[in-house]
Amino acid sequence: MRYLPHTDEEIASMLTVVGAKSLDDLFSAVPPSCRRTGGMTLPEPLNEWDLNRHMAGLSSTVAAAPEYKVYAGAGSYEHYIPQVVPYLLSRSEFVTSYTPYQPEMSQGTLQAIYEYQTLSARLLGLEVSNASMYDGASALAEALLMALRVTRKRRIAVSSLIHPHFRRVVQTYLAPTEYEIVELPYLPDGRTDLSSLRNLKDLAALAVQSPNFFGVIEDLKGAADQAHNQGALLVTTFTEPLAYGIVKSPGSLGADIASGEGQSLGIPQSFGGPGLGIFATRMSHVRNMPGRLVGKTVDAEGRQGFVLTLATREQHIRREKATSNICTNNSLCAVAATMYMACLGASGIRELSQLNHDKAEYLKNRLRSAGCKISFASPTFNEFVVEMPPGFEKKYSRLLAEKIVAGVSLETYYPKLKNHHLFCVTETKSKQDMDLLVKEIVS
Amino acid sequence: MKDVLGTTGLILNEPLLWEKGKRGRSGFSLPVRDVEVSPLAEDLTSPGPDFPDLSEVDVVRHFTRLSTWNFGVDTGTYPLGSCTMKYNPKINDKQAALPGFSGAHPLLPQELSQGILRLMFELERMLAEITGMDAVSLQPSAGAQGELTGMLLIHAYHKSRGRKPSKILVPDTAHGTNPASAALCGYRPIPVASNAQGVLAVESVAKAMDEDTAGIMITNPNTLGLFEENLKGIVDLVHARGGLVYGDGANMNAVLGIMDAGCTGLDVLHLNLHKTFSTPHGGGGPGAGPVCVKKNLEPFLPVPRVVEQDGKYALFSNFPQTIGRLHAFYGNVGVMIRAYSYIRTMGAVNLKKASQLAVLNANYIKERLKTTYHLPYDRPCMHECVFTDKNQAGAKVMTLDIAKRLMDYGFHPPTIYFPLVVNGAIMIEPTETESKDDLDRLIDALQAIAEEAKSNPDLLHQAPTKCKRRRLDEVTAARKPILAG
Repeated sequence: MRYLPHTDEEIASMLTVVGAKSLDDLFSAVPPSCRRTGGMTLPEPLNEWDLNRHMAGLSSTVAAAPEYKVYAGAGSYEHYIPQVVPYLLSRSEFVTSYTPYQPEMSQGTLQAIYEYQTLSARLLGLEVSNASMYDGASALAEALLMALRVTRKRRIAVSSLIHPHFRRVVQTYLAPTEYEIVELPYLPDGRTDLSSLRNLKDLAALAVQSPNFFGVIEDLKGAADQAHNQGALLVTTFTEPLAYGIVKSPGSLGADIASGEGQSLGIPQSFGGPGLGIFATRMSHVRNMPGRLVGKTVDAEGRQGFVLTLATREQHIRREKATSNICTNNSLCAVAATMYMACLGASGIRELSQLNHDKAEYLKNRLRSAGCKISFASPTFNEFVVEMPPGFEKKYSRLLAEKIVAGVSLETYYPKLKNHHLFCVTETKSKQDMDLLVKEIVS
Repeated sequence: MKDVLGTTGLILNEPLLWEKGKRGRSGFSLPVRDVEVSPLAEDLTSPGPDFPDLSEVDVVRHFTRLSTWNFGVDTGTYPLGSCTMKYNPKINDKQAALPGFSGAHPLLPQELSQGILRLMFELERMLAEITGMDAVSLQPSAGAQGELTGMLLIHAYHKSRGRKPSKILVPDTAHGTNPASAALCGYRPIPVASNAQGVLAVESVAKAMDEDTAGIMITNPNTLGLFEENLKGIVDLVHARGGLVYGDGANMNAVLGIMDAGCTGLDVLHLNLHKTFSTPHGGGGPGAGPVCVKKNLEPFLPVPRVVEQDGKYALFSNFPQTIGRLHAFYGNVGVMIRAYSYIRTMGAVNLKKASQLAVLNANYIKERLKTTYHLPYDRPCMHECVFTDKNQAGAKVMTLDIAKRLMDYGFHPPTIYFPLVVNGAIMIEPTETESKDDLDRLIDALQAIAEEAKSNPDLLHQAPTKCKRRRLDEVTAARKPILAG
């Protein structure tokens, strides 16, 4: 076995040093009551040739771009990843290192994460971003737990236009505790209805997604004012951070915490994970933040260097009083996002963001002209809801056969929205692709 | 000692990203604009974030230079206790990058995602077989989320029986994340001390285990690298008193093919794919922390679950007692693919061999170093062994100094000051992928350092001297935090 370097002679000489007769003898401390009686029944070992064949076979049955034109977003987005990102990200010094507990020999990861914290905080218009969370959903759940800690109140209001899976994760995280979650309905224009908010007492946080699950840009300024009037924090979430290349950032509109999914920033879709939980807030809240933080300091010779810091918030120091139990996060994905944002630059992210918006607008307008109903009139980014004619399921299946995935049906998530589909367009779709889609839909 | 691995070469400086670049540079290739500009209303827009403008060459040199300041398993021996820093096979990264996997949208119609669903289904079955448990959820994104999932399952189980216990037992040799994971579930962790042999005694559990206790979280092998030899008795006792047993499987690399967690009676066990199943740690993640359960907890597993019928695979969410979702989609699938590829490459025979060699390596180090460094529990260990700095105290040399000096010799230090149950702990987990030559080098280095501690302790106090940076001022970093540039 090529991963196991021991020769028989070495094993024999090591057993002699250890004072054991055989490899099995090493396990004398394992009592019979804990032992396996037989071997493990697993498939026979594969060599690289057979493994490659087997895995390629599995992979080939899955629909993926560019062969398929996938107009689904809903929390996972197809964006072009510059070759530089996977190339640099495969540097084994980044890939095969552990959490940077020993800073002197981890300065590469530490500086990269400090850069990630800086760029992601700038993107969200906030002062401090942590070293990453697992994904957008758990980042939102942790943000709400943090708001409950900060305000010492017991209730949170959650927009029904937050990604349904994110809301489900929030419920899971809060289930064992006595906190109350109130779901806010949405308005006919596709934004969250905040009118019932003022009746909610003991409010710790208002949670809103923008752009929301329907792609609609929410009035975060109005949400912030309302939340703050009631002594609550505004927690915003997002699934498409590229929007903030042109759309005002949550921090600039008054969000106290912004926590969402960063997969769009140079990370492959990978059937939903690993992605990147981004978590940012104001410095006044930093000691209540979950997750790791990298800080700038100096070494014994006064030279600039980086360390993990404010660890007294964390599980390995504060134990059960920690701000979170998170330990391993999605560090390598954060480094990928840093590389991606570095490639884009200030002008690149503006141009790319505008192009994404314009392509989606093109498809939206074409579908509208073709007689489809655009369900919500508010401005959107990258995604929008279309009411399809009754019986569209058949056409949807026919389009699959033509290697087109015509959006995501919303009925599962919003039973009232029968025949409504959520469409997503990014820079990866050409005008020609979209013209073909419209032609197929109306034909 | 001749031919020391650690040396100094040309180490390049590299500024922060925003200290380089020029406005107007770009490192990104945009597609042709084939649609018209459609401006958003001005009150919604901003000029965008203040990112530095860099060329592609700027970006490539920047991150290449940064990477050279890091040390990974591919660089050298990384005996970080309880972290299982084994070699990460490269073929697994290739599989995860296959277009059908890396390019798959998570909400594809199920008929278009059969291969990846099948892989997840088979991985669940293989992990169930390896652990001896009945059912598996791959959804938790890391070990700590696996722990949280386990606690949520235990909570839901008790709730379904109309019980609401408020406490959970956590031994002093458990992993550091355990108390925080329990607290997220509203449980108050009650510490249980290990005995003079470094393991839990049935009697000490019996004293703490009452009706208001949900169960116990046991790390096995524990963080002293010892097998909990009274495990079966503890499990039976906890069960008899209405509690459940949570197994922290972060140290499973010691017992593949040896231990049957199911027969032992564990109710839930989490695994770390980024430890035992060789997926790279990425400088702090992404990992994956699947949970394996017995039949009694299966109804509560997270949704969606992958199910198989007549050779077709589907995601199914209609389990009324489920604790819900832990992840926006299905967990870290890219990590699952690597672990699947590893298990298919190893097969049963090599997985067991890996555990045997991991345990052999740890015992070899323990025997070779126990006359040099104080060994608080002198008995056969599993995959890791724990020394202390007691023998070096006379020279005013501490564990931290020994760890830092090891860097100058070209090794990553062991885990230090953990477990807390040992003062000045030096916790060494070599893993099975280190050869005897590598171990001998590490042992030579640690022996040389012990000599230096006597003859020239300042060498240790000043260490490291060969890294990119000398020791860093962590106190000021925490007092006056600078967390963004």
